[in-house]
Amino acid sequence: MRHTRGLLLAAMLAVPGIGQAFELSEWSTVTEAASGQTVYWSAWGGDSRVNGYIDWVAEQVDARHDIELVHVKVGDIAETVSRILAEKSAGNKREGATDLMWINGENFAAMKERDLLYGPWAEQLPNFPLTAPEQNPEVREDFTLPVEGYEAPWGRAQITFYHDSARVAEPPRNMPALLDWARENPGRFTYPKPPSFFGTSFLKQALLGLTDSPEVLYEPVDDADFEAVTAPLWRYLDQLHPHLWREGQDFPAGGPKMRQLMGDGELSLAFTFTPTAPAAGVLDHQLAPSTRSYYLGEGTLGNVHFVAVPFNAQHKAGALVVANFLMSPEAQAHKQDLSVWGDATVLDMSRLSAEQQQRFEPEGRAAASLPPQNAGTLLREPHPSWIEPLESAWRQRYGSQ
Amino acid sequence: MTAALSYRLVIRSLPWLTIGLLSLPVFSGLAGALAPAFGWLPALGGEQLSLAPWRELARVPGLNDMLRLSLVSGLGSAAISLAVVVLFLGSFLQSPVYRRLRRWLAPLLAVPHAAAAIGLAFLLAPSGWVMRILSPWLTGLDYPPDFAFPGDSWGLALILGLVIKEVPFLLLMSLAALVQCRADERMTVARSLGYPPLTAFLKTVMPGLYPLLRLPVYAVIAFATANVEVAMILGPTTPSTLAVAVVGWLHDPDLTTRFMASAGALLQLLATLAALLGWWLMERLVVRLSRGWWQDGRRHCGERGWALVARWAMRLVLGLMLLALAGLALWSVAGYWPFPQSLPWPPTLGNWQNAADGLLSPVAQSLAVALGATLLSLVLVLGSLEAETLRRRPLRPGAQLILYLPLLVPSVAFLFGLVMLQAQLGQQPGLLAVILGHAVFVLPYLFLSLAESYRRLDPRWAQQARSLGAGPWRVFMGVRLPMLLAPILTAAAVGFAVSIGQYLPTLLLGAGRVETLTTEAVSLASGGDRRLTAIHALLQLALPALGFVLALLLPRLLFRRRRGLLLSH
Repeated sequence: MRHTRGLLLAAMLAVPGIGQAFELSEWSTVTEAASGQTVYWSAWGGDSRVNGYIDWVAEQVDARHDIELVHVKVGDIAETVSRILAEKSAGNKREGATDLMWINGENFAAMKERDLLYGPWAEQLPNFPLTAPEQNPEVREDFTLPVEGYEAPWGRAQITFYHDSARVAEPPRNMPALLDWARENPGRFTYPKPPSFFGTSFLKQALLGLTDSPEVLYEPVDDADFEAVTAPLWRYLDQLHPHLWREGQDFPAGGPKMRQLMGDGELSLAFTFTPTAPAAGVLDHQLAPSTRSYYLGEGTLGNVHFVAVPFNAQHKAGALVVANFLMSPEAQAHKQDLSVWGDATVLDMSRLSAEQQQRFEPEGRAAASLPPQNAGTLLREPHPSWIEPLESAWRQRYGSQ
Repeated sequence: MTAALSYRLVIRSLPWLTIGLLSLPVFSGLAGALAPAFGWLPALGGEQLSLAPWRELARVPGLNDMLRLSLVSGLGSAAISLAVVVLFLGSFLQSPVYRRLRRWLAPLLAVPHAAAAIGLAFLLAPSGWVMRILSPWLTGLDYPPDFAFPGDSWGLALILGLVIKEVPFLLLMSLAALVQCRADERMTVARSLGYPPLTAFLKTVMPGLYPLLRLPVYAVIAFATANVEVAMILGPTTPSTLAVAVVGWLHDPDLTTRFMASAGALLQLLATLAALLGWWLMERLVVRLSRGWWQDGRRHCGERGWALVARWAMRLVLGLMLLALAGLALWSVAGYWPFPQSLPWPPTLGNWQNAADGLLSPVAQSLAVALGATLLSLVLVLGSLEAETLRRRPLRPGAQLILYLPLLVPSVAFLFGLVMLQAQLGQQPGLLAVILGHAVFVLPYLFLSLAESYRRLDPRWAQQARSLGAGPWRVFMGVRLPMLLAPILTAAAVGFAVSIGQYLPTLLLGAGRVETLTTEAVSLASGGDRRLTAIHALLQLALPALGFVLALLLPRLLFRRRRGLLLSH
């Protein structure tokens, strides 16, 4: 009985959503359809800075476009993927609970393969040309997969190491040096347990730094000899693990947990995916003021992160308008502000006016903890098909001790 | 006559609604997990039944360790908690220590599992509060040592975390059961025959008490073998417990892992059932072995030693809990707080100020959900109990089991199936769904807390009112409810606290649109800022505590001219 009432309610709610047609090529029809919509945006809610920034975005799109933006905070975006999957199996094709989602390459690959995404739409956004895609091909590629307009670039990330300079004078700058350093400083470094995002990223970073043939990592894994390519990685980890935190018997759950261990002093060397995160951690009293950050000499893994729209989103027009606003110079500059979030912009400075460019200049506080500018060689993400075999090989070797 | 008829109709239908609310979600949720476990999930291309998910599950490295860990931590924590409670009750039942402890029970129960676990982790970690207080003057350490606790591979930290939450729960459940099995009378008789307290308790009260405690103990075992939050914070990682692994698989970006995850969820159900079966067999064994001992007439069983153990174990449980909460309070006012400083200096209110803006909505939504779920459960529970007085007999064992269903079936096993069902029925995720979902977990606790007082109310009050011409509704509203107001409010406060602490049902049934203090706290805990987590955990604690205070004060306020009502039970 209770469920029939829910059914009725759902039917009643669904009616006004159906009539809102829009034409992607005619942007004004999109903003018109978007006006008055409520957009449910699923995004990781684990960082108060990110949450604060999304709150700001919600105020802006409310004032500019009459859109009510609701941040659906998830601990892991896979929770949202599960729900969309449940909706698809239930035949829910146009009244999905999620309108916009912040996803990474692995989830993007899985969702695109299963037709769980709406698109293409991203390249039709008025602000997309500001990313200068011809000069910056990485905004059209997610973990080597062509994006094809199914998601819109939002920010940049790059593996950045950080250390407490009061305890570590000269940090290791490549993978072999890291092993030597760990031998001399037992228990002061670790990496999160794969398949957490940071853990798997560390495996990829180490593999890129150790293998003789990095180029095969950019092809599907089926075309390569997995055993031979990854053998140096496992040799390396076998040697490294006894010198890790808790002797490699226990691993932190994720990147944020690793930052907590740095703040507690249990670790003296760690890494993050957001180059400004260590400086932000100092500002937020989470890390020692003597924290310094740097890139590895051989280059570090970097990627662009995106927002996507599920195939059954109920408020697609609203989601597109929000995605377009996220790419605007104003929103991107506010996001890069160290006191707000510090996430690097995806816009190409050459496409902006001098006045707009000025907004992206970094400010002074905690600047000592920022990594040196333009010093990090960017390594592209390997093909996503490598992820699952890497993770399961890791599980086989170290998952149960 | 119509009033009497409507009374009968309403009261007789409420137990059925209760049974429906409790069993429908659990069974349909289990069915929702069953199909993918055997390869059926058309949205992922699974269109024929197969055993492949189970074969894949069997190949997971360390599966045996996961099962062992779940079983050992579940059975171990239940056994330790029960032992502490029984020894404590036996040694101190008729002493002032027991009465003092009773006052602490409700607030202790109000501490959410996640908050207690986070606090305990900070207390005992290598960089935790204990090590900070001892460093560097005693340990000589300027930087934290490197030892694996919490997160030790035996699961000791996990067991400890479970015990400090289960002891108060079992104590609360014993309160009603002790009265029901006439513990005081039994003790008095045994004491007059020369048995000292503990022996008297074990030989005369336990045989009557345990059958009444059995289902609560089973609920403890079920929770301890299958819980996710505590095991995530205090349990080991290589491997983790089965429940944590299942949640991990359900969240794997590789969508085909969902099949294996469903098989894992069912395996979790089997593991929990196996733990319950193992416990039941142990019960039989203990009964058989101790039969002679009950009647051997010996008056002593190492009284003093056990009393000492019980007193210190209880102190340890309470002390750990209080220190864990104190640690959280300190973090909420901490700036940068490095090892080995034992206090955050200077303290700051900045964290609270920064968090204040974002707290309004989660507090409001927590309140809305908790009040809604508690009210709904209260109506159903009162109806079911009133129906008992109508039929003049208590619940059948079958109905009793249904009451415990949501506490016995691991929620990872049925909640995901429930989300499928929710999507299939086209019910919008949101406040209403979350309230219904919470009621499934709130109702059993509310029932358990209220049933005893309700059944003990002297039926002659009602008979007297009827003989003075009052109709059945008037007797119910004007006599029974006011007389029972105090226990009803206490039970409502327990239900309210249960609702505030729910994580998975809120997250899944609300599709993340309903943000409560608990969902905020857990998602922030993944972000690693202990200051914010501490603030949320403290608020998560403050709301239920407020509920308990209201439950205590309201009757006194309402009945200040009718003080006799406060003493009627």
